[in-house]
Amino acid sequence: MKGCNNLVDVGRRQFLRGGGAAVAGAAAAAAALGRTEAKAAPAPARVSYPSNRLANVADLKVNEPVDIAYPDADSPGVLIKLGQAVDGGAGPHRDIVAFSILCPHKGFPLAYAAADRSLNCPGHYSRFDVEKGGQQIWGQATQNLPQFALRIDGKGDIFAEGVDELIYGRLSNRL
Amino acid sequence: MAFKRYVDRLPIPPKDARVQNVTCHFCIVGCGYKAVSWPVNQQGGPAPGQNLFGADLAKQEAADSAAWFAPSMYNVVKQDGRDVHIVIMPDKDCVVNSGLGSVRGARLAELSYSQTTNTQQQRLTDPLVWRYGSMMPTSWDDAIDLVAEVTRRVVEEQGEDGLIVSAYDHGGAGGGYENTWATGKLYFESMKIKNIRIHNRPAYNSEVHATRDMGVGELNNCYEDAELADTLFIVGANSLETQTNYFLNHWIPNLRGTTLDKKKQEIPNEAHAAARIVIVDPRRTVTVNACEVEAGKDNVLHLAINSGTDLILFNAIFTELAAKGWLDRPFIQASTSGFDAALAANKVSLDEAAKVTGLTVAQIAKAVAWIGEPKAGGARRRTMFAYEKGLIWGNDNYRTNAALVNVALATGNIGRPGGGCVRLGGHQEGYSRPSDAHVGRPAAYVDQLLIGGKGGVHHIWGCDHFKTTLNASEFKRTYKKRTDLVKDAMLSVPGGDRRAQVEAIMGAIRQGGLFAVNVDIVPTQIGQHCHVVLPAATAGEMNLTSMNGERRMRLTERYMDPPGQSKPDCLVAAALAQGLERSWRAAGKPAIADKFKGYDWKTEEDSFKDGYQRHEKGGEFVSYDRLRAMGTNGFQEPATAFDGGKIVGTKRLYTDGKFGTKDGKATFMASTWRGFQAEGKQAEKDKFTFLINNGRTNQVWQSAYLDQQSDFVRDRWPFPFIEMNPADMQELNLGAGDLVEVYNDNGSTQAMVYPTPTAKRKETFMLFAYPTGVQGNVVSKGVNEFVIPNYKQAWGNIRKIATAPEVTRHLTFKSQEYVTG
Ligand code: SF4
Ligand code: FES
Repeated sequence: MKGCNNLVDVGRRQFLRGGGAAVAGAAAAAAALGRTEAKAAPAPARVSYPSNRLANVADLKVNEPVDIAYPDADSPGVLIKLGQAVDGGAGPHRDIVAFSILCPHKGFPLAYAAADRSLNCPGHYSRFDVEKGGQQIWGQATQNLPQFALRIDGKGDIFAEGVDELIYGRLSNRL
Repeated sequence: MAFKRYVDRLPIPPKDARVQNVTCHFCIVGCGYKAVSWPVNQQGGPAPGQNLFGADLAKQEAADSAAWFAPSMYNVVKQDGRDVHIVIMPDKDCVVNSGLGSVRGARLAELSYSQTTNTQQQRLTDPLVWRYGSMMPTSWDDAIDLVAEVTRRVVEEQGEDGLIVSAYDHGGAGGGYENTWATGKLYFESMKIKNIRIHNRPAYNSEVHATRDMGVGELNNCYEDAELADTLFIVGANSLETQTNYFLNHWIPNLRGTTLDKKKQEIPNEAHAAARIVIVDPRRTVTVNACEVEAGKDNVLHLAINSGTDLILFNAIFTELAAKGWLDRPFIQASTSGFDAALAANKVSLDEAAKVTGLTVAQIAKAVAWIGEPKAGGARRRTMFAYEKGLIWGNDNYRTNAALVNVALATGNIGRPGGGCVRLGGHQEGYSRPSDAHVGRPAAYVDQLLIGGKGGVHHIWGCDHFKTTLNASEFKRTYKKRTDLVKDAMLSVPGGDRRAQVEAIMGAIRQGGLFAVNVDIVPTQIGQHCHVVLPAATAGEMNLTSMNGERRMRLTERYMDPPGQSKPDCLVAAALAQGLERSWRAAGKPAIADKFKGYDWKTEEDSFKDGYQRHEKGGEFVSYDRLRAMGTNGFQEPATAFDGGKIVGTKRLYTDGKFGTKDGKATFMASTWRGFQAEGKQAEKDKFTFLINNGRTNQVWQSAYLDQQSDFVRDRWPFPFIEMNPADMQELNLGAGDLVEVYNDNGSTQAMVYPTPTAKRKETFMLFAYPTGVQGNVVSKGVNEFVIPNYKQAWGNIRKIATAPEVTRHLTFKSQEYVTG
């Protein structure tokens, strides 16, 4: 991800140290060179992700979430055009984001609140900010919301190509 | 960007993985977990026959699955020196949490010490001694010998009052029956230490003296009562965040109406409806919001009183209940004393109470009706009363506590299903100690002794007053000065020359110095000023017993090795006792030395047998083996028998109408309103602009000591937040994430601004006890008559220090209240 702050990188390196120290080093180097995760060589410790077309930029209206699924049909998500650039946003305006909508607490489906651009869980009231990389605003989940890495091609087709956290309800993001 | 782990695959526990009982270390609720472990070079498979869960893991699991665990529930740790995979996941079969994990407990594994994944590298692994200008590792024998020698010399010169002790009194991590017993035996039996304080308050006292004096122990009901109550009356508690799974698993179902069948079954022959809830809290919390979402606004009454006015509210409620005749006369007659006198003394009109609390008469009248108005058909309304730090650390603790218990007694709500008048709790409980009667009442105000230059040696067990005491600015200043005297003296002679070291230390102590010893699992802020630091093991690295807020006792089994040379507190206390015995004997005082016998324990279980089993009510029925067999459900204390292979417990206290007083009658107490009780509070309010209300937040409630090394938490809360009304922010030219200084005549501290439209003007709320900004710095030294601190009523001014620093720029500052999509 572009714009990762140092704290994030440190945490990532720390978690991966031991099993995949060399890999983490490579990922950090890639980030320093300004490459995005999607283009970096997949780490052997991570599963390999399909490149799935989700929609075309022309299909999206600002602040109207589109239902998607990634990396397979059993993993529901949303694709949202925010209308203003955000960290980790894709597309020419860096304003397109996609997230899993299975709450990483207990897997209840999140609902989008357009008024404040948050995903909300009816299970135990967790909230995630889609403008802040899925950061948990408040809640019971022990991770921020899994975000789908996006690539947009010359025709405006939007592809999902990776996930940055474990999706609820699976012990491997690829089943 | 928000912190992400980039973990997208986890090992699968094999069918034959080892499964052990865990009670969450962190908060009072004591949720049941299972520690699942297996050798590091193996794993199970996705087919049902290949994994512990018997589940098809090749398929997407449904919500609430018992077979899913998050990356935070996984780690690699050592078990008997060997690496194992470990998963610590919530237990569906535990009646406390029914499989729910909170944002704290569901990180138990990730917050464990691992040399493989590098988590919790802050953990202390060796005894440390101040040598050559920093803290140097040394052997247990060396460190204990120094502590024992200095302690003995100080006691010789100053008497036992020269030894000042700070020690936890609770259960869960950093406490538990094994450890409270060992420390209690050392300081209350082998010695008679008077100058002792508890982790979160500056004296050795009860936070709830009043209810105990009235004969009503503070944990008198069971969690099921929250499912059975007609009304929940909650005071100064934000239970969605601080009793999370109790709230989610037991209150919410009642507010939703899904416990109606249970109510009809357990309490037949009376009308039942979904519960209503009254929440007394000056601040609108996420708890209030969640209740409104589930019960509907009409069934939630948020009494947003003026800070510190709870007492007059309860007295008005008491008065009005009596006026309406909504009392349980037969109960008052049979089981209580002092009703008429208390009623007369506490008489307050609704008008008067409305004026002081800032509520309307109608709001108070509504609360009275929800508490006491008989139900359709005339049955007594069942109201559960529960309170926590808003009351305990609020204005006039003793009287306010009494005033609330008066209301519960008057309405016959103690010892009955759907009732109770309970504190909600912070840590779990786990208190087993010899009598503390010699401490006296009021107990010594220990912080004032330390500030006043008293005492020569300070033993600190699992406390960090630098983060969690009142008047913290002055405390830290003096503490540093006194301990620096000793540090400098120690540097003046060779570190390896024990005799010279002790002489130098004693010389500094005679000059007003203080020799400080800290037993903890992680480095602390007060520990930076200590001369010896001793590394302790935590729950799961040792077997540990505790009880939760409904007195449910469980054993957390040892599921991993403690880091390095660290060991259970009880064994540290035993080593210290033995060190003192040696020291006194060598000094030619065999009679004193003999007092330190009886510590030849090999394991924590030996301390349990010496303490709980022999001294606690029903302890004879309880053993590690039996507790292990009782799993995560355990039993509710006190135990009354061992029958059919099970420990028989006690679901509720006082069901027979007999209370903990000499005559068995609960005593009503006169508790008249007297404004702000603690010295200087009214003047502070008059002088400064902002109320600096304070409390906890979900992610770090009872886990902050480990969260200082959690990337997930540090990412969200690099600094303590201070919630402010946007209009106040505008006046001070503040933006979200800006750093501000909060200051008054007591001191100053810093916080990060969190815009909060629901905050009342000039009433802020700051995260308490956070390492990067200590709210206690601005809390005055004013206490109540029993030396209970008054953290909640603090006033200060606010000024900008810096525009949002980099670490706050990626943060969300949206409202924390859940909204329906
Ligand atoms: S609610 Fe308390 S006991 Fe339960 S998991 Fe959370 S922190 Fe642990
Ligand atoms: S499932 Fe979303 S908060 Fe629990």
